[in-house]
Amino acid sequence: MTRKAKDITEQTPWQELTPGGEIYEGGTSMLVNTGEWRSDVVIWVRDKCKQCLLCAPFCPDSSIPVKDGKRDEFDLDHCKGCGICFKVCPFEAIRFEKEVK
Amino acid sequence: MSIRERLSGNEAVAHAMRQINPGVFAAFPITPSTEIPQYFAQYVADGAVDTEYVTVESEHSSMSTCIGAQAAGVRAVTATSSAGMAFMYEMLYVAASSRLPITLACVNRALTGPININNDHSDSMGARDSGWLQLYAENGQEAYDNFLQAMRIAETADVRLPIMICQDGFITSHAVENILLEEDAAVKAFVGDYTPRHTLLQGSAMAVGPYDTVAFCMEHKVQQAEAMKNAKRAILNVSADFEKTFGRKYGFFEAYRMEDAEVALVLIGSTAGTAKACVEGLREKGVKAGLIKLRVFRPFPAKELAAALSHVKAVAVMDKSEGNNGCGGPLYAETAAACYDLAHRPKMIDVVYGVAGRDCEVGDIERVYRHLLRIAETGEVGEKYIHMGVRTSEQEVL
Ligand code: SF4
Ligand code: SF4
Repeated sequence: MTRKAKDITEQTPWQELTPGGEIYEGGTSMLVNTGEWRSDVVIWVRDKCKQCLLCAPFCPDSSIPVKDGKRDEFDLDHCKGCGICFKVCPFEAIRFEKEVK
Repeated sequence: MSIRERLSGNEAVAHAMRQINPGVFAAFPITPSTEIPQYFAQYVADGAVDTEYVTVESEHSSMSTCIGAQAAGVRAVTATSSAGMAFMYEMLYVAASSRLPITLACVNRALTGPININNDHSDSMGARDSGWLQLYAENGQEAYDNFLQAMRIAETADVRLPIMICQDGFITSHAVENILLEEDAAVKAFVGDYTPRHTLLQGSAMAVGPYDTVAFCMEHKVQQAEAMKNAKRAILNVSADFEKTFGRKYGFFEAYRMEDAEVALVLIGSTAGTAKACVEGLREKGVKAGLIKLRVFRPFPAKELAAALSHVKAVAVMDKSEGNNGCGGPLYAETAAACYDLAHRPKMIDVVYGVAGRDCEVGDIERVYRHLLRIAETGEVGEKYIHMGVRTSEQEVL
C-alpha cells in the first residue's frame, strides 16, 4: 500500500493503511489539528506589534506564519499554547490567556 | 560446489555476513557474540566488504543504527547476546512495528540475573512477543544456513519483519565443527539484492515510525500480526529454494524418528544432537522414542507441531529458559496450547533444563524418556513442571 496520508482517514481499513504507518509525503501535520489539546491561547495585539519577527523562529510548532517579511495571524489549528512567543515578544504584542472554548 | 571447512558457529555467521555484504553493521560487543563483530571488523579492514561498520556505544544504539540504516534502504545487521538484547528491547519493538527487515545474529546466553555468561534461551525468549521472526540452530551449519535464508524471509513483501538468527552460546558459537560453506557468488545469487519499495533516501519525502494515534495504532498492530502469519509461507518458500540450490533441507522443525514415536521430546537448539544420540540408543532397545527440534519459534508453527505430536502418547517439552509464571516455560506453554485442539491430546510435561549453562547429557535425556514411558504406561502424569539437573533435598521426579 502506497496510499498518501491525505487519502487516509479514520475509516480506512487496516489492509489499506501503509505498512507500519509510513508516510510518503512531507508536511502531513497540516492535515491534523494538533492544537486541539491547548489549554491556554495566545492573542496577537496587532497595533502593538512592531513586526520585529522575534516570535516566529521561536515557535516550536511553526504556528506564526511569516509572509513578505511580516508575521500574520496565529495558526491556532497547530499552536500548542506553550506561550514561548508571549515570553519572547519585547513589545507586549502577544497576550497569553486561558482559552475559553 | 560446497566448500568443506571447519569453523565455529560465530565464524560461520560472520562468514555469511561477509558473503552477503550488508550496507551497515552496527557493532557492540557482548559475550558470547563478540566474535561476530570481531571477525567482521577484520573483513572491513581487509576491504573484503563495502559495509559501513558503525561502532556504537550501546545495544540500544546498535539497534537504533540498524533501524535508521534499513529505513534508508540498505541491509542492516548486528549481533548480540543476553543483557545486550535486553538493552535494545525498546528498539526491537520499533524495528518490528516500523516493518524493517533487519537481521540480528543472536548468540543465546542466560539473561542476567544472577549474572552468568553461559547458554540458555532466556534472552531471545524474552523477546518472543517483540514482533521479530526467530530461527534457531542445532549447530554451526544450521546457524550459517539460517543466516543465508534470513533476509529473503524477512524482506518478503507481505512479511517485512526483522529476524533473529539464534544459536547456542559457546556450545555452538565457540565449538569448531565441520561445516559446508557455499561459494560467494552462489550466496550472493541466492540472497539477491535488497530493493525496498520506499526508503528515506528515495528522493521524495518519507517518514518512518510516526506517532500512532488511537484511531490507527491497533490497525498497524493487526498488520504486524498478519505479517507474522504470512511469514510461515515465506519460510517454507525460501527453505524450499535453499534446498534446491544448496541441497540442505529445512522446515519449521525437524521431526526425528517421529513416524511411529510413542514418547517424544520437543526442544530447541544444540541439545537436539544429544537427544538424537539418546533416541538412537533407546531405539536399539526397542523404545519408540522420537524428537522434534523446533527451528522456527516465531512464527510458532502451532498447527504443524500439533499434527506431528497427535499420535504420540507422552511428550516432554524441554524449556531452556525459566517461564517465571509458576507453571512452566514458554515453549511448553505454546506447545500445550497448540495441542489443545487435538482430538486425542498426548500427555504433556515441561522439563526446564540447561538453565545458565547447566550441562545436559545423554543420560539426562534418557531419564526424561524413561519418565515419559512411565506416564504412557500408567496414564498418570504427576508433576507437570519439572526442573532437571538441579540439586534438591527432595525426591527427584525424573
Ligand atoms: S504559543 Fe507556542 S505554539 Fe503557539 S504560537 Fe506561541 S510559540 Fe507557537
Ligand atoms: S515578537 Fe512581538 S512585536 Fe515582534 S513580530 Fe512578534 S508579535 Fe510582533
